[in-house]
Amino acid sequence: MEIPRHWRLKQQRYGLVGEVCPHCQVKVFPPRDVCPNCGGEARTPYTFSGRGEVYSYTTIYEAPAGFEDKAPYTVALVKLEEGPLVTAQLTDLGDKPVEIGMPVEMVTRRLRQDGDDRSILIYGYKFRPVMN
Amino acid sequence: MRQVAILGIGQTVIDEHWDKSLRDLTVEAALAALQDAGRETAGGVFVGNMMSGIINDQNNLGPLVADWTGLRGGDAVKIDAACGSGAAALRSGLMAVASGELDSALVIGVEKMTDRPMREVTAALATAADADYEVEMGVSFVGLNALIMRRYMYEYGWQHEDFAPFAINAHANALHNPYARLHQKITVEDFEKSVMVATPINLLDASPIGDGAAALYLVPADSLRGGTRILVAASAAATDTIGGHDRPDMLFLTAAYKSCREAYRQAGVGPEDIDVFELHDAFTIMSALSLEACGFAERGRGVRLGLDGEIGPTGRIPITTRGGLKARGHPVGATGVYQVVEVVQQLRGECGPTQVPDARVGMAQNIGGSGATIITHILKRE
Ligand SMILES: [Zn+2]
Repeated sequence: MEIPRHWRLKQQRYGLVGEVCPHCQVKVFPPRDVCPNCGGEARTPYTFSGRGEVYSYTTIYEAPAGFEDKAPYTVALVKLEEGPLVTAQLTDLGDKPVEIGMPVEMVTRRLRQDGDDRSILIYGYKFRPVMN
Repeated sequence: MRQVAILGIGQTVIDEHWDKSLRDLTVEAALAALQDAGRETAGGVFVGNMMSGIINDQNNLGPLVADWTGLRGGDAVKIDAACGSGAAALRSGLMAVASGELDSALVIGVEKMTDRPMREVTAALATAADADYEVEMGVSFVGLNALIMRRYMYEYGWQHEDFAPFAINAHANALHNPYARLHQKITVEDFEKSVMVATPINLLDASPIGDGAAALYLVPADSLRGGTRILVAASAAATDTIGGHDRPDMLFLTAAYKSCREAYRQAGVGPEDIDVFELHDAFTIMSALSLEACGFAERGRGVRLGLDGEIGPTGRIPITTRGGLKARGHPVGATGVYQVVEVVQQLRGECGPTQVPDARVGMAQNIGGSGATIITHILKRE
């Protein structure tokens, strides 16, 4: 169990909090303090809207330890409307086939349980199709 | 800096070695390389390995390997660059000998993977990626490559079966490599109906894990007089973001481009001079991306080389001539050393039916993570 590790990331996992670079205005997720675009110091928090579209996706049949009971499940690269790509699971798909370009929005869901029955449940962001 | 030559090579069969431990495999490969070099000692030992701490409950491989191979007492260290650990270990040994710090070096890549259930190995492989922002989302290492492959197919219009020649060529070549993990010819039909791992990657797109060790013995080239010498003409490493999603362009291996351009510069050659290329075909998509980044195909056209029959031992750019990761096998931290051992075999003319005619210049490229660490070596026979 790694409780502090997950606790430290609560703003990112529950709120998609990244950064905006004060020098070049690029939006950064995850936050990293050194702007990947201009190399300047970037410490201004920025909360992403959670809206984006599917850039790529894969349905995972052979899952790593900790996720086997969920397989098959779908992981996507989501292009956020503010620019960055994030890796995240898709959820609430129903019968809807996943397609590149499909609009999606962030929701909070359980990612996995860290260890046995008595261990912590880890929650975080997933993305679901935008309801029309 | 001094020119460095590879004097000896050694390797074990890649397999599920239930009867052999990490140290047994290491000793077998190391002694083979020492014997091939005709030496009994080495100035230093450089061990490439990714996951001994996770899978074998064993770190500090430097002294372990030195001790068990009869080289106790000298400089010995483990180098980690995930699946690129083997080439990283070679590069470290090379810099030590080239600089004059050491007069010889034994480089060993080893991985003992099959003592644990596959789900644990799958989780261990994923540690090459970003733990907080990729792995915690449930994506496997195969899944990361699948995301790249899906987008590549979408952008450039390729179908899954268009990638089949990479796997078919690797399996055909491995039939003639006694050290290979798989000795099984495959067809396009086999490729298309194989078991799905992470869409669109199925079992025949992916390289099999395995247990294995390979070794190289390095010396200053000017210590060798007469006869054929295998020189290390170039060694160059480059890195990219650890997370695939952090790259501005996921469909181009920027670190491969940087490291091979630098390697071409050091060796004074270009892609047209490369007689054999042992690339990092962990997945069929990586073969296409490597060929593109290294100047053998335009962007989005790497797949074409396979379809046009240009990648076989007598093609325009022979790749995976001993089976590649796909069929020789992928004992992750050892792979980069296997690749270089195989290039040496090609330059020595020891490859039988998959020998590239009169191979004089060979390249090996080893990748750690989904493109985060990429190391290119060029060897020349003279
Ligand atoms: Zn900036």
